[in-house]
Amino acid sequence: MTELDRSAWEPSRRELERRAVRRARARRDILVATVALVIVVGALVVGITSAPGWDRVRETFFDWGEAKAAFPQVIKGFGKNVVVFLIAEPCILVLGAGVAVVRSTVSPVMLPFRVLAVAYADVFRGIPTILLVYLAGIGLPALELQGLTTNTMWLGTGALVASYGAYVSEVFRAGIESIHPSQLASADTLGLSRWQAMIYVILPQATRRVAPPLLNDFISLQKDTALLSVIFVFEAMFSAQDYTNYHFNYTPLVVAAVLFICLTIPLTRFTDWVARRMMRREFAGVVK
Amino acid sequence: MTDSLLEVSALRKTYGGKVVLDDIDLAVQPHDVICLIGSSGSGKSTLLRCLNLLEEIDDGVIRFEGREISDPRVDRRAVRSRMGMVFQAYNLFPHMSVLDNCTLSPRRVHGVPKAEAEVRARDLLTRFGLADQAGKHPDRMSGGQQQRAALVRALCTQPTLLLLDEITAALDPELVGEVLTIVRELADQGTTMILATHEMAFARDIATTVCFLDGGRVLEHGPPAEIFSSPREERTRRFLARVLG
Repeated sequence: MTELDRSAWEPSRRELERRAVRRARARRDILVATVALVIVVGALVVGITSAPGWDRVRETFFDWGEAKAAFPQVIKGFGKNVVVFLIAEPCILVLGAGVAVVRSTVSPVMLPFRVLAVAYADVFRGIPTILLVYLAGIGLPALELQGLTTNTMWLGTGALVASYGAYVSEVFRAGIESIHPSQLASADTLGLSRWQAMIYVILPQATRRVAPPLLNDFISLQKDTALLSVIFVFEAMFSAQDYTNYHFNYTPLVVAAVLFICLTIPLTRFTDWVARRMMRREFAGVVK
Repeated sequence: MTDSLLEVSALRKTYGGKVVLDDIDLAVQPHDVICLIGSSGSGKSTLLRCLNLLEEIDDGVIRFEGREISDPRVDRRAVRSRMGMVFQAYNLFPHMSVLDNCTLSPRRVHGVPKAEAEVRARDLLTRFGLADQAGKHPDRMSGGQQQRAALVRALCTQPTLLLLDEITAALDPELVGEVLTIVRELADQGTTMILATHEMAFARDIATTVCFLDGGRVLEHGPPAEIFSSPREERTRRFLARVLG
């Protein structure tokens, strides 16, 4: 009986009016947004192109011919950035998570490792990444150690891993500490060892929670691969500079910038998507 | 009927095709205490959320203080500044002291000077037995104290209508009493309230009207004496037999 009643429902006149008002408001919002966007973007374009030096800037930074000529060299260099990034990223994840786990141990045997982990995070977060890259690329080969590579690309990658590993370990540690102590207590009561509790209970939850800031660090890492240019690795930035030095035109730098943007924007959108999906999961029913 | 504080007619609410409130009619006069009873999922909380404009309704009309508030053009914040709501999970802001929780809206929304807002908040906190808790953060208090503080926070804006959504459901049995005592006191002073509750004895005691909700409909409503002793509907009888034991 109720089923029949419910399917028979027709929106009342008042409800139809309300829907019309809502539709009208939605249309007005779209119009306002469009006008605002056009005005702001228009003002920016006019402001920049009417600057007194705009013609000079366009010639030296935005020359289509130069861009086309430099492109093969820059994209070849950019391949190296991608390789460095793809190798460094998993190493950083493992190093960062490892250091964070070591820092949250409590056993007395682990004390020396805890001290080392703290010292590592403090020192390597304190040194500017560009300095680390210099030290690794120029200083380490000067030691003339047996068996150590002199390939500056690998040395530079190591410097990036060391620097970002320290940052990421702190992100992981924040995640581990944000897990409520009752989770550890539950694992204890089930007879899990501290180590098992960390691996099976705490770390998986912590990782999920810190995924957005981790991805943010990786976006930053993608750009910082350009730092390897200071130790003469022929990556995108260095290739662009090389071209610039011979042709007295800065357009290749803009080409390199565009390539970096093409790489980072998809990851940025992915980060947003992951964060939103997590929000929806954690606050089911409240966040749409 | 024209002097109703709140008047709901033919209210309908759906979530993705599922009808959760169907053809709800409700009239609240000043000083009424309306108790919504019914099993979980019967629509009690959703009804309160609709009244406070936290949910967009699918049909029907809600009138509050003589104005239709279900109109999309209505300023929701203006409506809410006249209506207070307290939740099952307290929802106090954990980064603020109790006093700051209570003075936030009076100061930022109603423009009450700080000193005056604090005097009023301390006054209410004292009445509710929380005088010595004003400087504490919510997490340092018991559940009962937190819920009393949440009630004070809602009252500090001097609402004309108070909506209470199962405010004792998350509390230990011993703490329920201290919260209900305060609600009873408010009722005695003539505060207009709509509360969703599972505390039947309490509802029987303080309600002017009891509404039994079932499957998103008001199946039966009337004075508590009538509903509790001689319910008209078989469904109401079965529900009461179950909860009253």
